[in-house]
Amino acid sequence: MYLDSGATSQKPRQVLDAERNFYEHSNAAVHRGAHLLAEEASIAYEGARQVLADFLNAELDEVIFTKSATESINALAYSFGNSANGSRFALKPGDRIVVSEIEHHANLIPWQQLAKRTGAELVWFSVDSEGRLDLSNLEELINPSTKIVAITHQSNVLGTIVPIKDIVSRAHSVGAVVVLDACQSAPHFAIDVKALEIDFLAFSAHKALGPTGIGILWGRSEFLNSMEPFLTGGSMIESVTMTEAKWAASPKRFEAGVPNMAQAVGFAAAINYLNELGMDNVAKHEQDLTAYALKKFLQLDKVEVIGPKNNIDRGSVISFTIEGIHPHDVGQVLDQYGVAVRTGHHCAWPLMRKLGLVGTTRASFYVYNDEADVDALIDSILEAQKYFKV
Amino acid sequence: MELDSLYQEVILDHYKHPLNKKLSPTFTAQVHHVNPSCGDEITLNVNITDGIVTNVSWEGVGCSISQASTSIASDLMTGKNLEEALKIVESFSDLMSSKGTMAGNEDVLEDGVALAGVSKFPARIKCALLGWMAFKDAAIQSSKN
Repeated sequence: MYLDSGATSQKPRQVLDAERNFYEHSNAAVHRGAHLLAEEASIAYEGARQVLADFLNAELDEVIFTKSATESINALAYSFGNSANGSRFALKPGDRIVVSEIEHHANLIPWQQLAKRTGAELVWFSVDSEGRLDLSNLEELINPSTKIVAITHQSNVLGTIVPIKDIVSRAHSVGAVVVLDACQSAPHFAIDVKALEIDFLAFSAHKALGPTGIGILWGRSEFLNSMEPFLTGGSMIESVTMTEAKWAASPKRFEAGVPNMAQAVGFAAAINYLNELGMDNVAKHEQDLTAYALKKFLQLDKVEVIGPKNNIDRGSVISFTIEGIHPHDVGQVLDQYGVAVRTGHHCAWPLMRKLGLVGTTRASFYVYNDEADVDALIDSILEAQKYFKV
Repeated sequence: MELDSLYQEVILDHYKHPLNKKLSPTFTAQVHHVNPSCGDEITLNVNITDGIVTNVSWEGVGCSISQASTSIASDLMTGKNLEEALKIVESFSDLMSSKGTMAGNEDVLEDGVALAGVSKFPARIKCALLGWMAFKDAAIQSSKN
């Protein structure tokens, strides 16, 4: 029973086949070479970009392939940090970056360090006891000094889906850009970047049935084309002399070097697979499963669900603690019963500290899980309680 | 059951009733160690006078393995001379990297041999080593002070 898709998902055969097919039939360095094979590689790679653009309702030149969501967010942070004075992305002391307490380290540390490097101030939304963000101080937190609001769409620990509409409109009213960490949302429900009115978004393939080593950074093209690159080198230039270089337009500007081509093609195969299932069906399946699991969890003795206990604005991640048993020990016993879960701080250490927890045990569901998996999880929790005599 | 090779009764006893789990007011060295992958943290004090470990005390949070192991280590080190203590740490490290092939010398490791099974669970070896490495670090710092 694999209940750790929040960490990484399993991959359908179609994804593996797509990667192998690329290596067998289309392998050449994209956008280079005078031969037909290079042309075919480029078509496959750019085709993958189109699949991602359509998936997000974005424009083709707005989709940048990176190696991971972590790299996407770092690329943004470094790009902002490289901006010339006077650019809308340049930060200086007195400017503000807004995050939240429920961020994964990948959407916290890049901003925390950018703030340190530039003298900008890092502030954050608090989480309440229910695991929801407290947005009551929205207007004070996102003030006119705010340049960047970087927020998760769905907590990888609590399952909380952040209602970003008010955050986006407030951010835009003060001239800030909104960066959405969609790692836990894009694989699970439909995302429309135009409807969300956000400015940047990141997610990785490997949590969405796709391969490791590939993620995307999406941004509005008017921004991307006025931003500094993070990595420089081959492919990302318009012209080069020994002393100067001019940047190509997006997306090339942000894709220095020969990219992860087979992985991009595999990513597109994963997205096509999800499209076949239908993202609304994926979301419905997970909602039903989460409702079923929550109901069972709330009947357990000495087990606490950490995060929203109702199924409203909530994804298919259930974190829990068992009184008297450390999460690592819980995970060990569950593993003995063939139930694979994640334990610990889930790369959200500040959140754990805020909640006064050393860690949680986390079950996360995806398209291939069903009620039998939940039943096995619940049974193995009872076994853990028996084993540790609590 | 495979779990029983990990969670020996003596480990669960130490977990529920840990020894020396209250920081001493005085110490010759204090260290704070964390296991960043799971968030376990301990603070450990040692008193080493004239080359003898007179007291080991600690405070921290962690799983049964890390808590029990620290409890066992703190008890075992107390009263040993520094050289002997560091040899015991070495012996325990060897046991942990044995992948289940060693049973451990009970004359040297006492209750520590109960942790032998941990060496078959790669993800848990760090848990078992946390307190021992903290002690080693503190002992070395103390001897430098």
